[in-house]
Amino acid sequence: MALLDVSNLSIHFGGVKAVQNVSFSIDAGIVYSVIGPNGAGKTTLFNLITGVYTPTAGEIRLDGESIGGKSPNELARRGVARTFQNLQICMNMSARENVMVGAHLRLDRNLVKAALRFPALKSRDRELQTEAAELMAFVGLEKYVEARADSMPYGALKRLEIARALAMKPRLIFLDEPAAGLNPKETIEVDHLVRKIADFGVTVVLVEHDMKMVMNLSDRILVLDYGKKLAEGSGAEVRKNPDVIAAYLGAHA
Amino acid sequence: MHKNAYFGLSIVVAILAVLPFLLPNSFYMDLAIRMAINAVIVLGLNLLIGFAGQISLGHAGFLGIGAYATAVLPTHFGWHPLLAMGAGAAVTGALAALVARPIFKLKGHYLAMATLGLGIILNIAIRNEATWTGGPDGMPVPAMGLLGFELTSDKHWYWVVAILLAVSVWASLNLIDSPFGRALRALHGSEVASQVVGVDVVRYKVAIFVLSAVFASLMGSVTAHYVGFVTPNLADFFHSIELVTMVVIGGMASVYGSLVGAVLLTALPQALATFEGWETVAFGTILMLCMIFLPKGLVPTLAARFGKGE
Ligand SMILES: Nc1ncnc2c1ncn2[C@@H]1O[C@H](COP(=O)(O)OP(=O)(O)O)[C@@H](O)[C@H]1O
Ligand SMILES: [Mg+2]
Repeated sequence: MALLDVSNLSIHFGGVKAVQNVSFSIDAGIVYSVIGPNGAGKTTLFNLITGVYTPTAGEIRLDGESIGGKSPNELARRGVARTFQNLQICMNMSARENVMVGAHLRLDRNLVKAALRFPALKSRDRELQTEAAELMAFVGLEKYVEARADSMPYGALKRLEIARALAMKPRLIFLDEPAAGLNPKETIEVDHLVRKIADFGVTVVLVEHDMKMVMNLSDRILVLDYGKKLAEGSGAEVRKNPDVIAAYLGAHA
Repeated sequence: MHKNAYFGLSIVVAILAVLPFLLPNSFYMDLAIRMAINAVIVLGLNLLIGFAGQISLGHAGFLGIGAYATAVLPTHFGWHPLLAMGAGAAVTGALAALVARPIFKLKGHYLAMATLGLGIILNIAIRNEATWTGGPDGMPVPAMGLLGFELTSDKHWYWVVAILLAVSVWASLNLIDSPFGRALRALHGSEVASQVVGVDVVRYKVAIFVLSAVFASLMGSVTAHYVGFVTPNLADFFHSIELVTMVVIGGMASVYGSLVGAVLLTALPQALATFEGWETVAFGTILMLCMIFLPKGLVPTLAARFGKGE
């Protein structure tokens, strides 16, 4: 059974059919990419699967369980993590705290114990600080461990999002354009980072415009256009697909 | 972030410890007590407004529930004052949870409107139930006996509220720097980001709203006992706004800002009393100037200027 199974998924915003009848499935342990021109519905698809939007129609199954319409925090409990194309960093917190928030569900969140400074909570928090610093180093942010989030450059914040998502210890991670706006050197670093994440056994779903990175990393690729599935397959298959060449690669490459 | 935070607590404790020996007379002692009471309320309110990013324009209503529970239950029903205080807090907590849950599921300015309305309703109820509450004239509050010890003199009251304040500062600092507190700050920083890492946003907003309401209720009870008399003004709209202003002036999301805001705005009406009739105008002008020149509030602005965190 596939880890994620999406069938006939649709969402409409008024007259805009942002995602229409899209079906695909993702096996555990692979890197799965979703490509398509701007406005094709890639981010909307991520929002549907991670519970930010409720589908108008269709079904989403995670490990066979129907998850369509479940809230984001319920999906987080099931090991689904994501980053945002438009940064969603908590600028009122330090960089490290942003990562620590990622571990939310793995902590004792009791209010009274927190207010009374229970030693068990404090010592767990100290461990978590180290854990967060290690995660920041893992994504290449070692020099920002003590930084305030609002003092960090764009490229670093993109990676901070990844570190926060990894702090959830997810099974499935959705990365929405992790290399957008990055320079070529940073893009290569993110490429390597995604590979490392996949090597840990985390299933990666990637939206990215950098075709080299997509072809390099992906086991399978889904092509969306105007909210519809245009093609799906391995990199080689997708590249040869005449519809894709006509509608997407032809126009953009 | 909070390495220096607990150092601030030791300064607060030191000030609280020496203050009563420096105050020249009972006028200042009274002022200090009222400052400390307000500071505790504002600490709770700042957790809601500054840290979690949610507004309440009706907190004086919760304060009123506590104050009137303390006045009415012992007077009319012979309840023990501590039991009355607990009952006030419990009713406040239940009411806050009841209204917060549906409101937090909506977005936008509903919370401001709903808390505003709730505060006004509570105030009207207090004014109208004259048989129980004395109506607009208010009612006296029986003295508080604690462990066979009557709290009568200002000195006793000072130490009670000083300890409450020190404990509240400590608990607030602890809370902010905990998994619970980080979730609160995260949902303020980015609601959707906090949701996707697993924060049940509605639940956290309700929890902090209830907590801050209960703080206000308990301190309403303390105020009632200390003053020995309650009036509906305690629970009116202007008092709610005053409390929010203390948060904003002192500094949103700043524990020590809460204290500074409470101290300044408790003292200000005294200082402005010479303006006779114009004190509200002077008050408003000062607030506007603060908002223009210190939009982040006093403590965060000064902290940033001197290059430190809180
Ligand atoms: N919340 C929303 N309300 C209205 N329209 C939306 C909303 N979210 C996305 N859309 C529309 O859906 C379409 C797909 O957008 P999006 O998923 O962001 O595309 P992509 O990520 O592929 O660039 C666009 O036309 C966009 O305007
Ligand atoms: Mg997008």
